Amino acid sequence: MIKIQNARKWYAEEVKIGPLNIEIPKAGITSLIGPNGAGKSTTLLMIGRLLHMDEGQITVANMDVSTTKSNDLAKVLTILRQENHFVTRLTVRQLVGFGRFPYSKGRLTREDEKIISKYIDFFELTELEHRFLDELSGGQRQRAYVAMVLCQETEYVLLDEPLNNLDIARAVQMMEHLRRAAEEFGRTIVVVLHDINFAAKYSDRICAMKHGQIAAFGSVREIMKPELLSDIFETKIEIIEGPYGPIAIY
Amino acid sequence: MPMNVTPEVESISQPQFSEQNPEQQSNKKQKIWTIPFIIAVIIVIGLGIVSLFTGVYDIWNQEDGLDMFFITRIPRTVALMLTGAAMAMTGLITHLVTQNKMVEPTTIGTTEWAGLGLVFVYLLIPSPSLVTRMTGAILFSFVGTMIFFFFLRNVKLRSSLIVPIIGIMLGSVISAFSTFMTLYFRMSQSVENWFIGSFAPIQVGRYEYLWVIVIVTIIIFLYANRLTLAGLGEDVATTLGVNYNRLILLANALIAVAVGIVAAVVGNVPFLGLIVPNIVSMIRGDDLRTNLPWTCVMGMGTITFCDILARVVNMPFEMPVSTILGTLGAIVFILILLRQRKSRRLR
Repeated sequence: MIKIQNARKWYAEEVKIGPLNIEIPKAGITSLIGPNGAGKSTTLLMIGRLLHMDEGQITVANMDVSTTKSNDLAKVLTILRQENHFVTRLTVRQLVGFGRFPYSKGRLTREDEKIISKYIDFFELTELEHRFLDELSGGQRQRAYVAMVLCQETEYVLLDEPLNNLDIARAVQMMEHLRRAAEEFGRTIVVVLHDINFAAKYSDRICAMKHGQIAAFGSVREIMKPELLSDIFETKIEIIEGPYGPIAIY
Repeated sequence: MPMNVTPEVESISQPQFSEQNPEQQSNKKQKIWTIPFIIAVIIVIGLGIVSLFTGVYDIWNQEDGLDMFFITRIPRTVALMLTGAAMAMTGLITHLVTQNKMVEPTTIGTTEWAGLGLVFVYLLIPSPSLVTRMTGAILFSFVGTMIFFFFLRNVKLRSSLIVPIIGIMLGSVISAFSTFMTLYFRMSQSVENWFIGSFAPIQVGRYEYLWVIVIVTIIIFLYANRLTLAGLGEDVATTLGVNYNRLILLANALIAVAVGIVAAVVGNVPFLGLIVPNIVSMIRGDDLRTNLPWTCVMGMGTITFCDILARVVNMPFEMPVSTILGTLGAIVFILILLRQRKSRRLR
């Protein structure tokens, strides 16, 4: 369980995030949605201890993210930021192998190599495993990054806009992979998404944010309501019933 | 982008093989003594031998030829090798920690700070010993490199050109200050030679501290994996449970020690840290553990070659090796720039 108590972050007098209070249960996919500047990424980064919070406490699996040793947290929690531009020229396999760092400190064991191969195969990167990252397309590269964080085999996986810059086919493929990772490997995935319909189709829970506050948190059906979404996005949004559940029209 | 597949990478590119035999694969990946590497080592040893027998003094026919051989030729060649390895490796580490391939210790101001350290030592102590000079150079290099990193973390514009520009600016300011100090205190004679790195004055008793570089090299090898992580940036390093700040501190200390020693013993050795790691990275990618031996050997080879050239070009006079390195470095720098722009256009 991810438990956030009174977490706050002040960027400036006008830009304040929090106080946030939320308990994200174990297993499944939880999506964070909301307009730009609502504090979705800030929240995710604070959980992932990449951003220092000004006040409050966040615990992941009963470990306080601000006091627990970084290496211990690295076995429980992983986070992938939105933009990953590496100057370092690594092959896909080398990159994914870094996911094993918290366990083997870079000296990969036979067991590690098996786990690396497992995630490379899972993300359909087998053919590309010895290609350099700068020789891949955007979608392939994104898959390699997500394969790296999953290779860390942590219970909790945080992803900041993993669908950014992906076309529809790649985005669907990515969400299918995440769905399978949540089900087959029992991971708890928290993901920031911009597209409400992706959130509705693939997540178990949705957390909607606005003006640095949590506006609503619940199951997909509880959140996918026209008044609620119209209010959060300040745009007229209607909900119709599609073949796979509710669909937002805007 | 041209594909440069080394034979060892080729042989493990079959997926079925890698799945069935993960251990064998990992052994292969870690393998350093490949045939191209052995050839490279042989070439460098050859260059070393050429360096031993290049010079104006006729060591075959003069009576004290053998003595001269041990007093100047061997020290000079050893110094070349150690300096080459040191500058190439610190260049590589600088690339990783700044996440920028256009910088190296002489373009982020480290060398200029080492120079300032030397000036201060000369100023405070009348005739300083080599150890005192070295300590001054190392301390100032460390402070200077830290200042550069502090700048870098607070300047959000991390475009690949801004970083070296900041470094070169910082370096120029420091070097201007050093020049002012030397002129003001009328000590230009003892310091001005320093800015032109040359291996000509190297002889027994003047170069032995360069051996400390071997220790630095061992530490770099031990921390190779962590330093590669530094190249992926603070966020990824933190996510993988590494203390990024401590890592940067360690990297800076290693850079400062190596550059400080080289600065005190040899002088300014520009561009080596830029040329060598970039060439190695273009061909082999950036896995630090397997690249380090290559970087060392290429560094040794490049500087030895340049020094032999410096001795031969204008015989019986000798050019400072930094002049040749500077010329070569500028060409490679431009090539890297053009190549970067081309790949961006293709995307």
